[in-house]
Amino acid sequence: MFYIPGMPFEEKLAWIMAAVSAVAYAVYLTLLLGQAGPTPLAEVAYVPIMLWSIGAAVVVAIVLRIVAAALAPEDAGQKDQRDREINRFGDHTGQSFVVIGGIAACVLAMAEADQFWIANVLYLAFVLSAVLGSLTKIAAYRKGF
Amino acid sequence: MVKPTRVTNSIRSLRFAHGEMTQAELATRIGVTRQTVIAIEQGRYSPSLEMAFQIARVFGVPLDDVFQYPGNAEETP
Repeated sequence: MFYIPGMPFEEKLAWIMAAVSAVAYAVYLTLLLGQAGPTPLAEVAYVPIMLWSIGAAVVVAIVLRIVAAALAPEDAGQKDQRDREINRFGDHTGQSFVVIGGIAACVLAMAEADQFWIANVLYLAFVLSAVLGSLTKIAAYRKGF
Repeated sequence: MVKPTRVTNSIRSLRFAHGEMTQAELATRIGVTRQTVIAIEQGRYSPSLEMAFQIARVFGVPLDDVFQYPGNAEETP
């Protein structure tokens, strides 16, 4: 993934973003469900797990970006008009999930749902937004734009 | 989801006609990445009008010699 001749640097970043977001969320869910056991989900101490998984995802994404840049220094940081257009298109597509997550969180707050569910619906929305946005960018790079 | 462009082009043959210019050289001259030149050549990306003019200028030919749009010209007003 990191040294693929001919792959635009921005596409590599999209792959990194999609993979890291999905893996971080999978790890979060695994740890959360592992801690829950017979306890109701909403009573699990989810905050440290969520913060650690988000923090780790940010750090890993930065490290992978540095590795990708080191393996293809001639491409690193190069961004042209096509990259910017694809970036905007991907972000715009992914944004739909942020809106859906915001509305869902709003409805949960009005229904006086537990903070656990509000935080989790927002986290899920951010993850889906990042994954969908990144996959859209990858498809645009590969299929055409 | 993403519609490939209907615009076709002669960039590849123009490059060869101009001293076998490489994709990297053309990319440098119009200020884009080599991957973008490849995408334009393969019809996976429709460049902006400004970029299209820049490409035509590199080869010293009119825009029509670089890019073509399929369709009946008589239908246009």
